[in-house]
Amino acid sequence: MKSRSEWVLPVLTAAMLVAALYLAFVWAPTEKTMGHVQRIFYFHVPSFFTAVVAFLVGMVAGIRFLMSRDFRFDELAVSSNEIGVIFTSVNLVTGSVWAKPIWGVWWTWDARLTSAFVLWLMYVGYLILRRSVDEPGLRGVVAAVFSIFAFVDVPIVYMSIRWWRTQHPQPVMFSTEGTLDPQMCLVLYFCLLAMLVLYLCLLQIRRRVERLRHETEGLRRLVHSA
Amino acid sequence: MNVLRAAFAIALKDLRVERRNREVINAAFSFALVVLLLFSFTFDPSGEETREMSGGLLWLVFSFAGVLVLNRSFARETSNDCLDALVAAPVPGAAIFLGKALANALLLLVLELACLPVFGIFYNVRWQVNFGWLLVVFVLGTWGFTVIGTVFSALTVNVRLRELMLPLLVFPVTVPALMASVQLTTALFSGQPIAPELLWLRLLVGFDLIFTLLGVALVETLLVG
Repeated sequence: MKSRSEWVLPVLTAAMLVAALYLAFVWAPTEKTMGHVQRIFYFHVPSFFTAVVAFLVGMVAGIRFLMSRDFRFDELAVSSNEIGVIFTSVNLVTGSVWAKPIWGVWWTWDARLTSAFVLWLMYVGYLILRRSVDEPGLRGVVAAVFSIFAFVDVPIVYMSIRWWRTQHPQPVMFSTEGTLDPQMCLVLYFCLLAMLVLYLCLLQIRRRVERLRHETEGLRRLVHSA
Repeated sequence: MNVLRAAFAIALKDLRVERRNREVINAAFSFALVVLLLFSFTFDPSGEETREMSGGLLWLVFSFAGVLVLNRSFARETSNDCLDALVAAPVPGAAIFLGKALANALLLLVLELACLPVFGIFYNVRWQVNFGWLLVVFVLGTWGFTVIGTVFSALTVNVRLRELMLPLLVFPVTVPALMASVQLTTALFSGQPIAPELLWLRLLVGFDLIFTLLGVALVETLLVG
């Protein structure tokens, strides 16, 4: 870490995550029918929302790269999308852990699960696509165009799932029927905030790694051409 | 030159090339037959439930064979730097994209119509009942699949492991179109009217429109770099 200001986010993230753990596991009331298993939902739901935010940032950065050909945007795009994949993985795994005791199976081809899996596959494809292009300029363009297609596809996939049979519990956030206990709601929103701060912290680090990787790539090219 | 006229010229060129060397269509059709054969091992092909999964089976065959067609679409232009000549030609990128997509969609439709009777014989499916609507579903589903596939074919043309990357990228993104096509095809095979399934038809039309526009908007950036 070069400057003191770069420590702000990691410290804040650590504090918020510890607080989130306390709130989710101790402070929040136990759910009536599901018991303690339900507490995983404080990480399950926020990780999905964070992933969507990350992919949105990735797409916007991709568009900015296409317009300006400034590699800082490409670095932002790949960093954000990669972190999005991590958060989607967290969402899928925690969902599985929750499903085993509640539904009796690790996985079911329920529409919402399927679409989360489709989302994950698309962005894993994005990362693999990047790895198979050597020329940085072409890589940026190809990746940005793909991420636009992938992100535009997300709501369509989501819409099509509503018409397919679904057994996933109805979403509790941002819905008009406030069925969630206010205390639980508070914890949920705090965890969402903690996850978003964690995302920013990871983004900061990942961007620097990508910047360095980009610079080394340029230097290597220079050495080879000399 | 008018964009659509240029697109037709490019589609005609692609179809003419294909008619002369039959590079793709023979291989893709044979491959479709191989997939049809393999399906017969995964479940009891004479069972009653076959009809319920018939739409899914058929569209899997189409999309597997379709990827073979799409793989060649832009890769064909790499020899003798044809792609550079195409891009340098005084036509907009959108015309190249639409022309290629049109040619791919027509090739795929021919393939699908050739597979359909074979599928009907092998799996005892009555596909003639609602043939008119089936054709509509085929056209819309195929267009959705080829639009994505053509853009991604341009996307992967200069990428390592091109043949591997294309299906990896195309299948997840085309999931809504495939889902809708499967749903509609299965309903039509079982002799149901189209009316209760109109929602899926609308989804298919929306999918086609959105991604055609997106492709037209982005292909220039992709081809020129």
